[in-house]
Amino acid sequence: MVVFDRPKSLCDVPFHYCPGCTHGIIHRLVAEVIDELGIEGKTIGVAPVGCSVLAYNYFACDMVEAAHGRAPAVATGLKRSDPDNHIVFTYQGDGDLASIGTAETVHAAARNENITIIFVNNAIYGMTGGQMAPTSLPGQVTQTSPYGRDTSHCGFPVKVSEMLSQLDGAGYIERVAVNNVKNVRNAKKAIKKAFQNQIDKKGFSLVEVISTCPTNWGMTPDKALEWVEEKMIPYYPLGVYKDRDAEKKEEE
Amino acid sequence: MAEKVLMKGNEAIAEAAILAGCRHYFGYPITPQTEIAAYMAKKMPKIGGCFLQAESEVAAINMVYGVASTGKRVMTSSSSPGISLKAEGLSYLAGSDLPSLVVNVQRGGPGLGGIQPSQSDYFQATKGCGHGDYRMIVLAPSSVQEMASLTIKGFDLAEKYRMTSMILADGTMGQMMEPVSLEQAVVESYDKSWAVTGTKCERKKNIINSLSLVPEELEQLNFARYERYKKVEENEVMYEEYMMDDAEICVAAFGIAARVAKNAIVKAREEGIKVGMIRPITLWPFPQKAFEEAADKVKSFISVELSMGQMIEDIRLYTHSKKPVTLCNRVGGMIPSPEQVLESIRKANEGGNK
Amino acid sequence: MSTTQILIAGFGGQGVLFAGKLLAYKGLIAEKQVSWLPSYGPEMRGGTANCSVIISDEPVGSPIVSNPDVLVAMNLPSLEKYENDVVSGGIIIVDSTLISKKVEREDVTTYYVPATKMAKDEGFATLANMILMGKLMKACDTMDFEGIEATVQKVVPPKKANLIDINIKALKTGYDFE
Repeated sequence: MVVFDRPKSLCDVPFHYCPGCTHGIIHRLVAEVIDELGIEGKTIGVAPVGCSVLAYNYFACDMVEAAHGRAPAVATGLKRSDPDNHIVFTYQGDGDLASIGTAETVHAAARNENITIIFVNNAIYGMTGGQMAPTSLPGQVTQTSPYGRDTSHCGFPVKVSEMLSQLDGAGYIERVAVNNVKNVRNAKKAIKKAFQNQIDKKGFSLVEVISTCPTNWGMTPDKALEWVEEKMIPYYPLGVYKDRDAEKKEEE
Repeated sequence: MAEKVLMKGNEAIAEAAILAGCRHYFGYPITPQTEIAAYMAKKMPKIGGCFLQAESEVAAINMVYGVASTGKRVMTSSSSPGISLKAEGLSYLAGSDLPSLVVNVQRGGPGLGGIQPSQSDYFQATKGCGHGDYRMIVLAPSSVQEMASLTIKGFDLAEKYRMTSMILADGTMGQMMEPVSLEQAVVESYDKSWAVTGTKCERKKNIINSLSLVPEELEQLNFARYERYKKVEENEVMYEEYMMDDAEICVAAFGIAARVAKNAIVKAREEGIKVGMIRPITLWPFPQKAFEEAADKVKSFISVELSMGQMIEDIRLYTHSKKPVTLCNRVGGMIPSPEQVLESIRKANEGGNK
Repeated sequence: MSTTQILIAGFGGQGVLFAGKLLAYKGLIAEKQVSWLPSYGPEMRGGTANCSVIISDEPVGSPIVSNPDVLVAMNLPSLEKYENDVVSGGIIIVDSTLISKKVEREDVTTYYVPATKMAKDEGFATLANMILMGKLMKACDTMDFEGIEATVQKVVPPKKANLIDINIKALKTGYDFE
């Protein structure tokens, strides 16, 4: 009996991700959810620019590679092309979604675009070699903040989940992490809900996943997971930031 | 022929797009092309189509990219500053070999410029708008009827060659009304096996992508793309020759400039000056042969443009500078008058070219 | 073979563009070649507006009218701006309710029509533009009044069909004005 297998929606190819990077876990969770919901044949994924740029090689469904930050706009086109038959998700990092693509993100949420966004926040630009991200923590040392992020000079991190939850259009916003087993299980639940919402035509769903970057953080994978617990999660508290459906039910 | 109705050029583009089977439009307001968006906003919901006002031109072109990925006909329209913003998306569309239709109703520039007509985006349209080696099919309508017919043609060519067709119009063409007759377009069907529409678990997955990290492979992709462009150059050149049979002076002009030039040519002919015109309808592919051949017949060329002289470079290039080429132009939203063009023709006739 | 180049100029809101559209449709129905070109931009919101209409037996070249055969001036700035552009032997039609200044040119035929006042008196205050168009059709050899009903029906949008008769009446008022 096989107790652990590769999800059908994940291709049998080697990932290019660094050892200890949690992209692999998040990819797997997304693929498991697609399998479990039986939507592989309807799903179109949108890959970003950044470390997960090659995601189009890893997911087994139809895939589109978008320009940097534009994934929510591309996803809007893919969804509107055939709203009843396309399940569309984007997979984006923090530079892509929260910096260059802020407008596309905010307006897709404001429109309540019926898409699912997996937002991987590891507080750094990984692909280009570790520069300061919009989500880099105050004081965080990066290649372009070598003396630590100085908030008096370059401002504060963008808390995407908090920000988007203020929009009437956003349907479901949750922040999760993948730094331990319990959090991974929660993350999968959130991702599943974000896809189920789309199937049920409930509109814009975004799951922010706090992730690691051992290479550019300059840590061992273990240390990176600890850093998530000690530094990232206190600044980016986990939890549901918006759930229009639940709010409605409560009102009733 | 369908009944003739009076329509603005912008509206004719929108209606023709619908007749060509386009059901997805994304745009952002900018003068002088907003009538296209307004028309789509009114019509699309009634015919099961999708009109969406995007948050920016950047978003609009990427929404186009999304629909184009699924193999459906899709368009966006804008005016000069907005096209600059779309340049990124145009490069990605080219890199992913996606068909789309993009309309530029040009206004004066650079920068915010003005809102009056211009042709100063000729370089931008024909020499590559965004980064990388690529081409767009560039169609230059000179009447409201052509605004419609070239839109329909543009969709067809885009799908046939898997590239972007751009309608390069100007504020005058967009705003003016003329009688136009519109008919349901015959829509050719082309292979769309590349489209992403969900695998239905029946086929291998498709990937729409412009990234290629192996230089040898990226080179081959560029070669293959340019093989396709070569076919476009061989098969799709369009131009109009006007009174060129015995012409000794050749005026070159497109769009609104060609209309003004026609008036001047008629008057010059009355004065006994043998002058004609080549009006490129495709700016890319450029009607190089027509100019090459004309260079052996005429004494000189006059390029009439609403720019500081952009098309004139192509004329010099393709006539191999065999004959003098002068520029007759206005810029900043101004349009040369027929008298100004006539004066240039007279000067050319006297051989007074400088 | 004839070509008539018409320039209608006034304030935004006076129905300059609509008047031009009427003439263009009139030409279209008479199977002529026509073009209609508005000035566009900020003037849409209250500044000066003008509209070039060309009606011809031949294909229309440039749609821009810089030397009109007929100028319809609906405010003083328009008359001052375009008076000298009119071709010699051309026609200038002036709304004399709004413009007290006289046309200085002697090589053109000028008609002073108190269109704004007439429209008010007749109870269709917003249709001074139609009165002026009626006059234009009378004054201009290349135009006629025949089939005006069909033209108005084309130009007035279906939602405003109740205004067809009153537009025709205004046109007639202008046409009959001596």
